Amino acid sequence: MTKEVYITETNCITPIGFDVATNIKNIIGSVSGIQLHQNTDLMKMPFYASIINDEAINSAFAKITSAENNTRLEKMMILALQPIVEKSKLDERTGFILSTTKGNITALKNPSSDNFQKAHLGQLAKNIADFFGFTTEPIVVSNACVSGILAVSVAKRLIQAGMFDNIFIVAGDEVSEFVLSGFNSFQAMSDSPCRPYSKNRNGVTLGEATAAVLVSSNKKNAKIKIIGDGSINDANHISGPSRTGEGLFRSIESALTEAKINANQIDYISAHGTATSFNDEMEAIAFNRLGLENIPVNSLKGFYGHTLGASGLLETVIGIESVLESKLFASLGFDEIGVSQSINIINKNEDKEMNYFLKTASGFGGCNTAVLFEKVK
Amino acid sequence: MLDNKTYIQSFCTIQNNEIILDGASIFKLEPTTFLDFSKKAYQYFEINYSKFFKMDNLSKLAFLGAELLLENEINNTKENNIALVFANKSSSLDTDVKYQNSISDAENYFPSPAVFVYTLPNICLGEISIRHQLKSENSFFIFDAFNSAFMTNYAKVLLDSNKADKVLCGWVEYFDEEYKAFLYLVGREGNLEHKIETVLTEYNK
Repeated sequence: MTKEVYITETNCITPIGFDVATNIKNIIGSVSGIQLHQNTDLMKMPFYASIINDEAINSAFAKITSAENNTRLEKMMILALQPIVEKSKLDERTGFILSTTKGNITALKNPSSDNFQKAHLGQLAKNIADFFGFTTEPIVVSNACVSGILAVSVAKRLIQAGMFDNIFIVAGDEVSEFVLSGFNSFQAMSDSPCRPYSKNRNGVTLGEATAAVLVSSNKKNAKIKIIGDGSINDANHISGPSRTGEGLFRSIESALTEAKINANQIDYISAHGTATSFNDEMEAIAFNRLGLENIPVNSLKGFYGHTLGASGLLETVIGIESVLESKLFASLGFDEIGVSQSINIINKNEDKEMNYFLKTASGFGGCNTAVLFEKVK
Repeated sequence: MLDNKTYIQSFCTIQNNEIILDGASIFKLEPTTFLDFSKKAYQYFEINYSKFFKMDNLSKLAFLGAELLLENEINNTKENNIALVFANKSSSLDTDVKYQNSISDAENYFPSPAVFVYTLPNICLGEISIRHQLKSENSFFIFDAFNSAFMTNYAKVLLDSNKADKVLCGWVEYFDEEYKAFLYLVGREGNLEHKIETVLTEYNK
């Protein structure tokens, strides 16, 4: 029989809170991390982004360690993992997955052999692993914007394959000049806080965050059960989603088949919703093809911006709280439906009992990931 | 779980201006640049796919390996559920450095979306998926060195859970003219059993 796999611990470090409870309080209060920034080191023109205050990171970090050589992103990742790892025993049956798209890419700004080494994702993972004393080789998932949720799927599969009993995942990305200039070159940046699925949406707002979870075969302290997943490519275009939502459609279908549940049993979808014209439209098409048009759906990008490799895991952490607290959170920034096929965007916070929760993401390279979760009874 | 036997059906190594398929050298050049090597390999194998020339070095390397292993695998009349599981050490750093150079100098600032899109290692999976119309499981990992235990276990779990019929595994490392690709196709039938040690032995050959 296939092993059952659970998420037993969660945490996140974001502009609206350095723990899950504070994040939830702010989400309920419609507090967004997105602000207008004027920082010419990051971008010549003023820009909207969801950025964590440097002093907040440094003072929280100083409370847990006197270590001095970590980069800003490493500090954010350590802060996310620390309260979870602290409670656990690390051994050779404990895995460590790090999810990121660009890691310490800012190190490339000042060329030196030291900085070049820092920019390697394997080095980033090693630094985090050494801090906590993980004994197994770190696994880095770097699969564009699905990385964070793909890491959950990978962890589940590795535990089912018998490689590990427990896997810690940390996911994180920073707002950097590198990424801002890149999205800007695609003309994909919104000139106001992003508005997922809205008629007047005009692009992405970038953000930064880290999130951490413990995935385990041990049901004790289980917050939620992982019951199915899929990560299927569109095979259509490297920098735009499939018009038919093919890869997302198939990823969700694959997760449903594995979980042996029907699409209409899903109670809530935490979708990708980057607020680009093509992404949101593609998701609406994929959801309709599966008959999911009436299932309550939100995008959390209105609170956090697009946090790239962190987003899938961060949004899973928040989604788990939705299920545990029986609360659907409004999709911040939404006004009037702006996709061609109807979907049921959550426009105010409401109470709802939930058993099944679906998390999806899509990204460059035509990648898509869907993971299904079931409330633990 | 993972009791079902799986097999390596074919494998390919690309390094030092040479391509080795199932143990036999099938293409070799005198020392030259990767740009030249990859173009001549493309011509030699009569690959007719002009998008190849828009790809970055990492994607070209991965694409060439996949081309040789999938050429006789793909049946265009049906769905081919061949998963892609790739990994390397340097992620997309070769293109990352090029992109960084395009934004470092305010006097010479020219960020290009055509370069930026390749600053993600999984783009090469997208390129292969598009070429062979593989609407299948795909994921990209980073390790300090080729991790045969991880690759073997992950490929097996995709086959055992019926997420894929076959898995194309690949180590595709490229940075500044230093490269090595080792790709192999894993399925449920064959002669060479798919084991951690076998994979490592073939990688090191």
